[in-house]
Amino acid sequence: MALKHATPMLDELEKGPWPSFVSDVKRMAAKGNKMCEDWLGLMELSFKEKEGHWKHGGIVGVFGYGGGVIGRYCDRPDLFPNVAHFHTMRVNQPCSKYYSTGILRKLCDLWEAHGSGLTNMHGSTGDIVLLGTTTDHLEPLFYELTHEFKMDLGGSGSNLRTPEGCLGMSRCEWSCINTQDIIYDLTQEYQDALHRPMFPYKFKFKSSGCPMDCVASIARSDCSIIGTWRDAIRIDQEAVKAYVGGELVPHAGADGPRKDFDIKAEVIDLCPTKCMEYDGKTLKIHTSDCVRCMHCIRVLPRALRPGLDRGATILVGAKAPILEGAQLGSVVIPFIKMESPYTEFKGFVEKMWDWWMEEGKNRERIGETIQRLTLREFLKVVELEPDPRMVNTPRFNPYIFYDPAAVPGGWEHDAAAFRQRHQA
Amino acid sequence: MSEDEKQRILDYVKQQKKSKLYFNDLCKAVPEIKMMAAKKVVNELVNEGKLKYWSSGSTTMYMLPSEGDVEKEEKGMN
Repeated sequence: MALKHATPMLDELEKGPWPSFVSDVKRMAAKGNKMCEDWLGLMELSFKEKEGHWKHGGIVGVFGYGGGVIGRYCDRPDLFPNVAHFHTMRVNQPCSKYYSTGILRKLCDLWEAHGSGLTNMHGSTGDIVLLGTTTDHLEPLFYELTHEFKMDLGGSGSNLRTPEGCLGMSRCEWSCINTQDIIYDLTQEYQDALHRPMFPYKFKFKSSGCPMDCVASIARSDCSIIGTWRDAIRIDQEAVKAYVGGELVPHAGADGPRKDFDIKAEVIDLCPTKCMEYDGKTLKIHTSDCVRCMHCIRVLPRALRPGLDRGATILVGAKAPILEGAQLGSVVIPFIKMESPYTEFKGFVEKMWDWWMEEGKNRERIGETIQRLTLREFLKVVELEPDPRMVNTPRFNPYIFYDPAAVPGGWEHDAAAFRQRHQA
Repeated sequence: MSEDEKQRILDYVKQQKKSKLYFNDLCKAVPEIKMMAAKKVVNELVNEGKLKYWSSGSTTMYMLPSEGDVEKEEKGMN
């Protein structure tokens, strides 16, 4: 069946070995989906003109919620009337994205009845993103979603965004914390922050079970909860020998079968703090220097395992570049036990939010507020003691700015008098 | 939360030249209360239909219902 709009440029995206979203959308358009037909035409125009034709933002939403729906409009409704209004809905994904194919089918049916049928699995906060509907469908869809599916909308705007975690203990032997329980608990505890905006800008929680950080929380979340341990890595010396002797394959076989494993080149020499040694018989790890990067565990999973005294490291302030460039999170709590109901962690979160709400500028992420007002000020308000583990490179950075109030006797600095003495 | 706080926020919004205001701006109308407490007042005003959310998708702002009508907004798109 001929489509309404010719799409020579989009057609190029169907060539090559990879699955193409263009083919998917065309298939839906061929079934008579008018939104998909016009969507293809609009995309072709954008490619041709090298300009976007979407406008986002508006007052659309569902009653009582300040997030979860993003108004989206096409600026050429004369040419593409079926996508003139094309709002996005964000649906809070189940923890670790576990759902049955049955619920996915029902969700797709629901979205075909109320929207374009196009979805984005998943958005960067993990949400199930439903792309393209009109205002009259928002409330009926929301009612069915909440009452029939027992699912909720996710966060958008100046809200707490949908918290996200890795698979955690459900699939992964390395997980040091129950990420699913943490994410579920935070989602329930902070429902109000998720649905009713109050922050200067967005705020994201992400939790990974171990320092491998499979959800990239250290780069993508304002507050990362990363599983770790504080005792020693558990070593099975016999298994170490089996790797060295070629009986076990390193990287759990990810590189295919191989017999040339060199423990010195591939593990000992790659340890970032050089805290490992191997004398041909015994592998030693100097725990006080280990930074839990997990490289050795990743290469020798049968021989090395995380320790048993487990908890999490909390980092704050990661963000993508808008104002100050991309930032990774900074360690603010080197170790916390993270046991349900997470009272200590929530106490920290609420102090942090109070401060950010009072001091943060509009559209300023908490990492930027900390950068502007200093980490020292942040630590003061959340009542944490500074710790060398909060310093990015403590072994190399000789500069320490002491707080006069923290030094016995203190001092006063008269900037005007200083300038008087140093005029040039 | 008091009716007085609600009224002061509404009066403040009405006095502004801009039609959309950030949450921080609304809090300037009730400087004596903490922002967490101000949020409850603002929520109440939204629930009563006296304020409306406007969201770009990344940021949320507040406006008077008279300034933001879905039908008008969407007609403006056509």
